[in-house]
Amino acid sequence: MTPLDMPMKHGDAGDGASIGQRLSRHDGKLKITGSADYALERQFEHAAYAVLVPATIGAGRVVSVDTAAALAAGAILVLTPEDDLGLAQATTFTGQRPEGAFLPLPHEIRFDGQSVALVVAESLEAATEAARRIKVTYEAAPVTASLVQTPEDAGTVGEQFNVAWGDAQAAYADAPVKIEADYHTPREYHAAMEPHGLIAKWDGDRLTVWQPSQWVHAMARNYSDWFGIPMEDVRVVSPYVGGGFGSKGFNYGWEALVPAAARRLGRPVKLALSRPQNFNLYGGRASTRQTLKLGATKDGMLQSILLTGASETSTYGVWPEQVGAATPLMYGTPNYRGQQRIVQVNTVTPGALRGPGKAPSAFGIESAMDELAYAVGVDPLEIRLRNQPDHDRMSNKPWSTRRLREALTEGAAAFGWDKRPMAPRSMRDGHQLIGWGVATGTFPVIRNYGEAEIRVTAEGRVEVVSGATDIGQGTYTVLAQTAADAFGVPVDEVSVRLGDSSLPGSPVAGGSKLAGVMTGAVHKAATAAREELIGLALTHPDSPFHGIEANTLELKGGRLTPPRADAPNVTVAELLRAIGRDGLTVRRDTLPEDMQSPEERKRAWTTMTTAQGPTVGDYSQHSWCAHFAEVRVDEDFGTVRVSRIVSAFDCGLLYNPKLVESQWQGGIIMGIGMALFEEGLVDARNGRVVNNNLGDYLVPTNADVPEIQVISVGIPDTNASLLGGKGVGEVGIVGVAPAIANAVFHATGKRVRDLPITLEKLI
Amino acid sequence: MKPFTYSRAASLDESRTATTVAGAALLAGGTSLLDLAKCGVTEPEQVVDITRLDGLDTIQASSEGARFGALARMSRVAAHADVLANFPAVAQSLSLAASAQLRNMATLGGNLMQRTRCGYFRDPRAFPNCNKRNPGSGCAALGGVTRNHAVLGTSEACIASYPGDLATVLVAFDAVVHLGERAVPADDFFLLPGDTPDVEHPIQPGEVITAISIPGSAAAKRSTYLKVRDRQSYEFAAASAAVGLELEADGRTIRDLRVALGGVASKPWRSRAVEAELIGKSLTEEAVCAASWRAVDGAVPHGDNAYKIELAPRVVARAILSLGGLA
Repeated sequence: MTPLDMPMKHGDAGDGASIGQRLSRHDGKLKITGSADYALERQFEHAAYAVLVPATIGAGRVVSVDTAAALAAGAILVLTPEDDLGLAQATTFTGQRPEGAFLPLPHEIRFDGQSVALVVAESLEAATEAARRIKVTYEAAPVTASLVQTPEDAGTVGEQFNVAWGDAQAAYADAPVKIEADYHTPREYHAAMEPHGLIAKWDGDRLTVWQPSQWVHAMARNYSDWFGIPMEDVRVVSPYVGGGFGSKGFNYGWEALVPAAARRLGRPVKLALSRPQNFNLYGGRASTRQTLKLGATKDGMLQSILLTGASETSTYGVWPEQVGAATPLMYGTPNYRGQQRIVQVNTVTPGALRGPGKAPSAFGIESAMDELAYAVGVDPLEIRLRNQPDHDRMSNKPWSTRRLREALTEGAAAFGWDKRPMAPRSMRDGHQLIGWGVATGTFPVIRNYGEAEIRVTAEGRVEVVSGATDIGQGTYTVLAQTAADAFGVPVDEVSVRLGDSSLPGSPVAGGSKLAGVMTGAVHKAATAAREELIGLALTHPDSPFHGIEANTLELKGGRLTPPRADAPNVTVAELLRAIGRDGLTVRRDTLPEDMQSPEERKRAWTTMTTAQGPTVGDYSQHSWCAHFAEVRVDEDFGTVRVSRIVSAFDCGLLYNPKLVESQWQGGIIMGIGMALFEEGLVDARNGRVVNNNLGDYLVPTNADVPEIQVISVGIPDTNASLLGGKGVGEVGIVGVAPAIANAVFHATGKRVRDLPITLEKLI
Repeated sequence: MKPFTYSRAASLDESRTATTVAGAALLAGGTSLLDLAKCGVTEPEQVVDITRLDGLDTIQASSEGARFGALARMSRVAAHADVLANFPAVAQSLSLAASAQLRNMATLGGNLMQRTRCGYFRDPRAFPNCNKRNPGSGCAALGGVTRNHAVLGTSEACIASYPGDLATVLVAFDAVVHLGERAVPADDFFLLPGDTPDVEHPIQPGEVITAISIPGSAAAKRSTYLKVRDRQSYEFAAASAAVGLELEADGRTIRDLRVALGGVASKPWRSRAVEAELIGKSLTEEAVCAASWRAVDGAVPHGDNAYKIELAPRVVARAILSLGGLA
């Protein structure tokens, strides 16, 4: 099958192909029966257990660490800032390797909870108690706890985020209708069920790390850099992941302590973070603020967009949460200017959380468009349709596929939007004020390279082997479907091995690109394996097909058949037996010719420098979505309940609609959390996140999740990927919060511009 | 965590004796004890398991009254038909509390003894100052994140709120906490923080909660527990109200009214002022809304929690009106 064979219909394929079928997840049953072997749950003889000691100041310096009481209480090893671990700096995901030594326990404290020591003991309980007895003396320094404590002009302008065309200021000044508003999003967290952590084990100079990971190859390189050993001598294993959402893509500095401890002790060491540590030993989504100015005509045609924004980062690392990530893409304005500041505060460096940049960005522009709709008296759906851009003004390239108009109209039809009265507070049910809101979202198509191996066994079964990871989104399942179609066996004859850095290369399971990249690599490898097998069948002297007058054979359903019906018809296993082979192994990658050197291959599998953004090439490529939300707001209590969501997506071809719908719904559910619940509450005095547990940091429960209807309006986009899919994992969250905020406005007449929309903002 | 010994109490007397030992803690459902031990708030040296004691998990309820053994599980009481029929607010308060898993484990006695969710109380390592944990050390919550702190019954020493649901209902309906022979009215079982926020209950060494009883009443039979919170499940109340209503034969004059507030005060908070204002009056929306403001008489905001002063009267009013068929 080639891309040209793919049926051009909405989302799903068909034609008996496995791709496009609604197969259940390979790992579903394993997980619900408790038999999925998560990395952190591996058991080892003689393992020791580690606990990190957190700093109790938000900024300052460690003067001394007194370990005597911990050692007396059973600690078998304590690592402190005084220990020289002999580590080197590791290459970052941008491909640069800083000079010098790497100090995972620096004396300087930059944020609350920063690790000041690692304590190892014979059990988790003993290590916990010993860690409690560590006495640290600090010199405290003043703390800037979060973005909200900083003035508007704090930080520095990130020049790389400047976007401008036309003369936005002049057009704004001249516009008959002006909207200006400030929007704020708080610190948000991944809150994955599975904590972060790792188990490290040395065999001589070879290191194996079992660690929940979205990218085993990059982590293997990271450990090899830190410990100065060849990457071939490091193996990172991560067969299943209990939730990543962007947090498990890269190593964090404290992770170096575990192999360091294991090497000193000569035994496996395990570290799993406590739940509170999952709030301050790696970063969530940075808090953001943005001021948007929209200039428009009286009928709501945009003339200008002006965006000034800011996001917080740490004092030692830069993570920009790009509030302008979606803003310039959504509407056709002739004039645009966007700028973003990066502000240092005393936090752990923030990181990627589902829909990074795009989610807070969409909250701004999609709230502002709703404000504009009401300022000019145009229906919020209609104003969006009027302002759809015909090409990407930022890159001046045509859209590869942009079916956002279809998403808006088909979503609106399914939702029943035409019955919506324009005026706020015009629908109610008893004390419940009912409101309907719409907002759109986007996520870029990121392309990259991948590598896969196809092993055909003597029994005619197919094994797909790759170091890519499955973080719950369906890599195992979709790669089995791809191999089944490309090789020509039923999907239940295919097994998949993943999540091991000793296996073929893969990019990070992040940025909504893995399925597109890896289906391409598996398709290529499986096609090559089929061709090799057919070649053997036609040429091997012992083959039943030897000497028949045919240029090729068909391999379908695990059987090889010639064009002529009266010729032999054998299974793959029968053929292999006949020609005396016990199998077949084919490895292929999608790297171009000039990237086949070992250095280039390493760069491709362990950095992000080979990733291609959405405008590399002739087109501007993105996934798109439109969310329609119904809320019920109690008029006295201010409590918001989402009672209905309909969302329509353009994500190109869907490799497996069941899994895709699950991804979309998961993103929408996280969007409900972003809209209504999620907020890291930071103590202004020391920068500590005080609701650092799942009882107080609220994510949606099942009771908070209504019926969610998702609709695919996409068509295959073969610029985006070999088979025509665009990313599905992150786009779902983008636009949900403004859709809900806009529905809250429609219900109550109150515009909430700072998330989350908690009850006190509405009473 | 700190090592401790574990033993199983063979008798009620053995469990009573255990409470006279410094550093000993009773283990029932364990949902609070384990949580607080992990936080480093509770560091028992000796854990005495009382879950195997016989006869302490009984559930009886009729129009005459209810009596629950201290070891009755929350989920069992919540689902009991006689409780639902005669004390609907009790069943509702239990069903709306915690999560299904916690309700299956937690006992009623343990539920009464649950500690505040004040984030500063629960985080000794980061916030050593807490008068509840360490008398005289100060209150880290003052000047901190106070969205869920109390607006009623606070003191300079402590602004923590009592988080429980069931106790709010118990206080409304004059329930009694049985410590063996001694019986303490539920309202007296919870102490105001004053200068000693570390002392939360009048329970003495050698005493163990054995049962909770509630006198039957028409108001208890016509009762409701209204819990308001951002999340629909598994969250403590932003404000809640336990209300019972009895009308005269005319169907509109209020003969008996019970009102207690949860989530806004340092203890389950009986609102006798609201009751007094409305008893004898006609049940009208106007009268109820006006009287409900008395629920926050004397309330003091602390930063982020000022909204509770607005919210609590609305919750009280809605609960009363819904019982009266007016909301």
